[in-house]
Amino acid sequence: MAGQDLVLHEEEFNKIRDVITRLRSECNAKLIFLVDKNGQQIAASGELESIDTTALASLAAGNVAATDSLARLIGEKEFSILFHEGERDNLHISVVGGRVILVVIFDERSSLGLVRLRVKKGSNELATILDVMMKKSAMPRKAAAGGSPFAEITDEDIDKLFSD
Amino acid sequence: MTFINYAAREINCKIVYYGPGLGGKTTNIKYVYEKTNPNSKGKLISLATETDRTLFFDFLPLDLGEIRGFRTRFHLYTVPGQVFYDASRKLILKGVDGVVFVADSQAARMEANLESLRNLELNLKEQGYNLAAIPYVLQLNKRDLPSALPVEEMKKQLSRKGEPVFEAIASKGNGVFETLKTIAKMVLIELRKGR
Ligand SMILES: Nc1nc2c(ncn2[C@@H]2O[C@H](COP(=O)(O)OP(=O)(O)OP(=O)(O)O)[C@@H](O)[C@H]2O)c(=O)[nH]1
Ligand SMILES: [Mg+2]
Repeated sequence: MAGQDLVLHEEEFNKIRDVITRLRSECNAKLIFLVDKNGQQIAASGELESIDTTALASLAAGNVAATDSLARLIGEKEFSILFHEGERDNLHISVVGGRVILVVIFDERSSLGLVRLRVKKGSNELATILDVMMKKSAMPRKAAAGGSPFAEITDEDIDKLFSD
Repeated sequence: MTFINYAAREINCKIVYYGPGLGGKTTNIKYVYEKTNPNSKGKLISLATETDRTLFFDFLPLDLGEIRGFRTRFHLYTVPGQVFYDASRKLILKGVDGVVFVADSQAARMEANLESLRNLELNLKEQGYNLAAIPYVLQLNKRDLPSALPVEEMKKQLSRKGEPVFEAIASKGNGVFETLKTIAKMVLIELRKGR
């Protein structure tokens, strides 16, 4: 069903963070960023303070969604890489495992060639971890989490969120 | 598609405002943005034309606080209502957890309401969703205008499944938070069911 929730557990989160942290230093990038295709931020590494990452996640997802549609419109399956070149910073966007978006922001300390190469390698690793994540997401929540905290949500819990 | 992040202890849900062009979708989330305190909201992103019509989407992230130790975040999106932007509307609907339909109460817009509602049902179906099964709220906006149709008449034409219906004057803020709270609650109740 299309409403399949996405569940990220500590174990995969740590693995993902390790991979993108290493990838960032290999690429000499300022920021690396993993976003679900629906615009939800999964993990990030780098100089985060200066950037609104929530907005970045939503816009990157919108960008990829629009570009995917453009590709299909002209009979391509997808454009595997989006590259935006700026005066100072550049943006490299690619899709990992068909489902997740990898965003790399880099400046003159790195190069497109280097980023491309490293991203290709890192993507395979990420795809394997994401596979596990998707499988766990598809499991009934109890089995995956040792008891779902959400089954216990009360009406008062919900009301409290809105008491301003 | 709710995103549950056990590592960061966060729940992220997506709510989409749908409806005909100029119905007041963007006005709804702008009002929410203005009235929410700075700690609980992110930047409002509007991808709009030079005449302020939504081109791709508006986006507002809201942080509603904690529930059972999880930070609860809602991502509000609006679609572009103009008929010819259908490809963009389909993209925005991906991963939706709840829909608000913002109807324009003016008599002259009833046909546009109906067309947009049919379009919503179709686009949901295309993604494997079913309007009958997802959290859904109907908002009757622009109640202040003299040509507004009677509420009962609008309900008869637009109500699909006994969904909650709110009257609104989004430009003044009336009904905006009532609508949002109701859809957010419905989404969380859905989450409790665990699917
Ligand atoms: N009188 C009145 N005007 C309203 C109300 N709500 C919104 N408007 C006005 O209607 C116009 C269109 O509102 P938007 O919020 O931009 O409409 P939209 O649904 O986002 O339109 P698209 O982006 O084209 O889909 C604006 O000029 C608003 O000020 C209302 O309750 N009453
Ligand atoms: Mg709009």
